[in-house]
Amino acid sequence: MNFLAFGVAGWICLVGFYGAIVSKNLIHLALCLTVIQSSTYVLLLSIGYRKHGTAPIFKGVKLGTTAVDPVVQSLTLTDIVISVTVIALILALALDAHKKSGTIDPDQLADFHG
Amino acid sequence: MSWLLPLPVAIPLLTAAGIASVKEIAPRRVLDATALAAAATATAFSLVIMVDTQNGDVLHWFGAWRPTGGVAIGIDFAADPLGAGLAALACGLVTLALLYSWSYMQEATRLFDVLMLVFCGAMAGFALTGDLFNMFVWFELMGVAAYALAGFQVEELGPLQGAVNFAITNTAGAYLILIGIGLLYARTGALNLAQLGRMLAGHPADRLVIVALTLVFIGFLVKAAIVPFHWWLADAHAVAPAPVCVLFSGAMVEMGIYAVARIYWTVFSASFDHSADVRNLLVWLGVVTALVGALMCFLQRHLKRMLAFSTITHAGVMLVGVGLLDPKALAGAANLVLSHGLVKGGLFMVCGLVLLRLRAIDELRLHGAGRAIPWWGVLWAAGTVGLIGVPYVGVFLGHALIDDGATVRGISSVQPLLMIAEAVSAGALLRVGARVFLGWGPRDDPLLTPEPPEEPPERDAAVTPMAVATTLAIAVGLALSVTPGLEHRAEHGADRFVDRSAYVAHVLHAAPATHEPRLPFTVEPASEESWAYGLAALALAVATAAFGLWRHRLPELLRSESARVLRPPLEIVRAAHSGIVGDYLLWLTVGTAVIGGVWAITLR
Repeated sequence: MNFLAFGVAGWICLVGFYGAIVSKNLIHLALCLTVIQSSTYVLLLSIGYRKHGTAPIFKGVKLGTTAVDPVVQSLTLTDIVISVTVIALILALALDAHKKSGTIDPDQLADFHG
Repeated sequence: MSWLLPLPVAIPLLTAAGIASVKEIAPRRVLDATALAAAATATAFSLVIMVDTQNGDVLHWFGAWRPTGGVAIGIDFAADPLGAGLAALACGLVTLALLYSWSYMQEATRLFDVLMLVFCGAMAGFALTGDLFNMFVWFELMGVAAYALAGFQVEELGPLQGAVNFAITNTAGAYLILIGIGLLYARTGALNLAQLGRMLAGHPADRLVIVALTLVFIGFLVKAAIVPFHWWLADAHAVAPAPVCVLFSGAMVEMGIYAVARIYWTVFSASFDHSADVRNLLVWLGVVTALVGALMCFLQRHLKRMLAFSTITHAGVMLVGVGLLDPKALAGAANLVLSHGLVKGGLFMVCGLVLLRLRAIDELRLHGAGRAIPWWGVLWAAGTVGLIGVPYVGVFLGHALIDDGATVRGISSVQPLLMIAEAVSAGALLRVGARVFLGWGPRDDPLLTPEPPEEPPERDAAVTPMAVATTLAIAVGLALSVTPGLEHRAEHGADRFVDRSAYVAHVLHAAPATHEPRLPFTVEPASEESWAYGLAALALAVATAAFGLWRHRLPELLRSESARVLRPPLEIVRAAHSGIVGDYLLWLTVGTAVIGGVWAITLR
């Protein structure tokens, strides 16, 4: 079970990297980054998963009840907040690039090289 | 004085929030002055903390969640001399950059101040924290502020390519770090650095630990601009405003190097009994980085891109200092970070003024134009000499210590290679100085990378704040090699930095600091070997500059033969810097696979 989750996380990560590498469109590229990021969610949540565990809310629950690990959930939440900021910024840059150069193809934006 | 620890982070962040909320109603100069005062206060507190750490590490547990029974649940800031020193350098550079921006960024909106302060707070938090996930959060905050600053296009120079490449490459690196952190948490159930180190100690490293080590290190090496992850740096520097470049080159890149050192010594050092394989890979990555950076530096004519490649050279040398896994070399790397940060920051400030006054940033177009601003030529020359490693000037002390460390670890073949890399990159800067400020050499050079033409808008700005900031940065940077007692303190700080068990005892068991020795305030005489390397570097740098300027006077046969041999590899390296972000991500993926593969085989 756990191996399956790890495998899925690895697969999503690689697919995201593949998409980002071949991307010809900055918006598509930003979405590929969110795909890579999704792999971290799968990984983190599967790390914290406990069989038959409940949500980690302990009000009115018998002591000793199995719960999933709340730490990885808060890591995931933090990660979501950070990544939303980063993706928003990349999309804003894409918008700016389109205004200035009329294209969002990263290959055509590459004025500096060598 | 543990209550002081959050201040270098809290003051800039709170001030940033305040400025953002009143930026529409308050006068601009008041906001500028507030930002400058906040950065200066953060610098002062960082310096106080640094002095305080001389008597032992300083700890602060947020919300007083102290560890019980040696198990850390809360999040801590743990300052030691090197970490606090890095925070002080970052805050100090932000202060100088804001002073410079006082007149330089006049037309910018005040969001610039806000972003600079967020950047400042994030860097300080990154340098002070003792928790791995917290480190990641500061890292991302630093990144977000930096991406926005790189795209802060008041000069309307070039496209946004630099900011886009920077944001995408570094974000991908950050996800690798997060995956690595997740794996470490899966193994240990801990996020505190000391706790992680203790949980991993005593077991030989297995596959999961090696994968985690690879992912975390590579993520930070992307930020540290190490070959083959360095591509974004030159693009970002070419478009970012000069005061922002000061922070990118002077502090942000160094944060990546610092993270590698911090995480290796606190978390991983106990799990690898044969650290030679970690050492070899890091050291040779550093050497290749230094050499590629030097070669590319020599081929540039865009001043800021050139300085960016010079930064890559020095980042490589710093990685060698850290990667030797020796306290003496680590002390050298720390000294190098300090002196390089100030001197390189000063050189970027000179570039900013050149752009403002002479309305160009292209070495060939500026031919002789610098004679109108002689004082800035003097500053440029002084800064360049500071980067060569001439005995007792600028980066010399850091280099001498790294060389000593290499001798101790028996990898003495790196010393001449590093010397060559630094001399060539500094020689390229000397060439620029001679061509721009003295008008030497021809007006054209087909070898240099052509640049897209650009017309910066004409602007008028008071020069005094810029001159003060630049002179201060370069003068202090040059004087660091002869600062009494700095060498002893750096070495002592590095000894404590690598002492994992003392760190664990202090953080998790609140062990009182052992009695610290009194360190003398003297300048140690340089060894004969260091003198030889320093003078050889000077000679080679001058020769490189002369070669760049007067290559056409060499005999025809010699020129055509050397061109025939050198051109193909040179063109390959140049072509690899394609400016296309997809290529950079491919390098990142392949580099990760190769480095992880090498470690998976050698570290078992």
